[in-house]
Amino acid sequence: MLLLVGAVPIKDLPLSLGRIEPVRGGIGINGRVLALDRGTSTMMSVVCTICQEFGLEMPMALVAGDMGTRDGSMKIYDYLSDNLSEMDVSVMTFHYMMPDMKKNKEVLKRIEALEKRPILIADAGSMYVAKAGGQATAYDVFTPDVGEVAYLADEKAAHPTYTRGFIFHMEDDVPELIRRAYEGENAPHTLFVKGHVDYICQDGRILETVSQPCIEEMEPIGGTGDMITGTISALIYAGKSPLEACRIAARVNRRAGELSQPTPATQVVDIVKHIPGALKAVLETLK
Amino acid sequence: MGGCASCRLELPEKGTKPMTGWFDRLKKGKSAAQSEAVTRGLLIYPDTSTVMHVEQILKEEGYDIRVVCPPPKYRTGCDLSVEFSFADAPEVTKMLKVIGLAPMAVLPVSGNGMKPLELYRTKDFGRYLMVRAANMKITLDKTDNTIVNISGGGCPDIPQVAREMVGKSLSEAPEPGMIGFSLCAYSLNMAYEELTRMVGGQ
Repeated sequence: MLLLVGAVPIKDLPLSLGRIEPVRGGIGINGRVLALDRGTSTMMSVVCTICQEFGLEMPMALVAGDMGTRDGSMKIYDYLSDNLSEMDVSVMTFHYMMPDMKKNKEVLKRIEALEKRPILIADAGSMYVAKAGGQATAYDVFTPDVGEVAYLADEKAAHPTYTRGFIFHMEDDVPELIRRAYEGENAPHTLFVKGHVDYICQDGRILETVSQPCIEEMEPIGGTGDMITGTISALIYAGKSPLEACRIAARVNRRAGELSQPTPATQVVDIVKHIPGALKAVLETLK
Repeated sequence: MGGCASCRLELPEKGTKPMTGWFDRLKKGKSAAQSEAVTRGLLIYPDTSTVMHVEQILKEEGYDIRVVCPPPKYRTGCDLSVEFSFADAPEVTKMLKVIGLAPMAVLPVSGNGMKPLELYRTKDFGRYLMVRAANMKITLDKTDNTIVNISGGGCPDIPQVAREMVGKSLSEAPEPGMIGFSLCAYSLNMAYEELTRMVGGQ
């Protein structure tokens, strides 16, 4: 099972576990429609799109409403701690969550106790809490942007907001930030740094950079990073290695951006619809 | 303003005296860090939105304050607190209680706390201007000052904050610090303030 975990900003959304259904304008979980916006719903929608393309079973979602007040995120952490041992999860993606180091450690402890450990992918708040708690190496893939890799590179910061100034100034030297992140054991085995140039790294080494096609207008568009996390998650579920998944995802995201001919005012929904075409084109090229 | 049960801060049980215990440890310890004079205190709150509100009020009242990361024991991973001169503790806490903003805890601290990043990067796309603070980006259409995109962040309030701001003019849009609760909203607020400053508050 591919399990996608994240909080969404809907005040009255209870804790829900269900199979995701692609619906017009978003995704459905247990009859509730989540609009395709930035964040968790975008990531989940992209996963569904790619699962459809590969003819895979739709993923399961564990979501709860959280307006930044922690309530929904805490329910998700607690549910995972109490029920993971009964769920047959092979790939698991953690996304937007209010960080809680203590509860996240509890979840990881339960994962370590599983007979078969799932492949773990983290982005957004779930990546922040993993690093803040000193447990980045318990995961398989992180997908930070440049600002977030600076946070991973700063061994003292507990959140990207606290990244120290001298590290913020090192952002023009992404390889150095990557080196620092690995040196501090604040990066998992596979690291995908998304940006003007995408860096695909494994175990401390930059194995590949992808910079073409270069669509500068993608940077301000909220949700394009969520697309990458979703693409990598679905490709790993489809049987690709984390490294292969990153290599394909970098190209799919750039190709979808190119097809959408964006401006900085474009919304992510207008790029997501180009993913099937981008995926076909990229897979054809890589044959 | 009461404590937030879901915050999971390791606060003392009701009826105990948190500050006394801290002072006891201070007296017993002999390390350099522990022997530092306590001149500053921290006001702990359940969310960053309240911290920003308190920050604004105390600044307006002329107190020497700044927002910082709380010490590790009180940290969940997404926290802000208000650092103030500990000599002002009685009057500050009394005033905040009167206006309904009593903190969850008041901690004496020594040394400097970690400050939020106050640096910005800007990118000019011609018609559009993007400002980034830490992990948050906000982009404006310069022709009519409309906020066209908000990107970055990992806390779940951000998609809702973006929904409420995108498509509105800079002057009409709510301030992210007023509608968000997370550190990502705090960083976005800094980017928003810098953007407002750059376009001259139009």
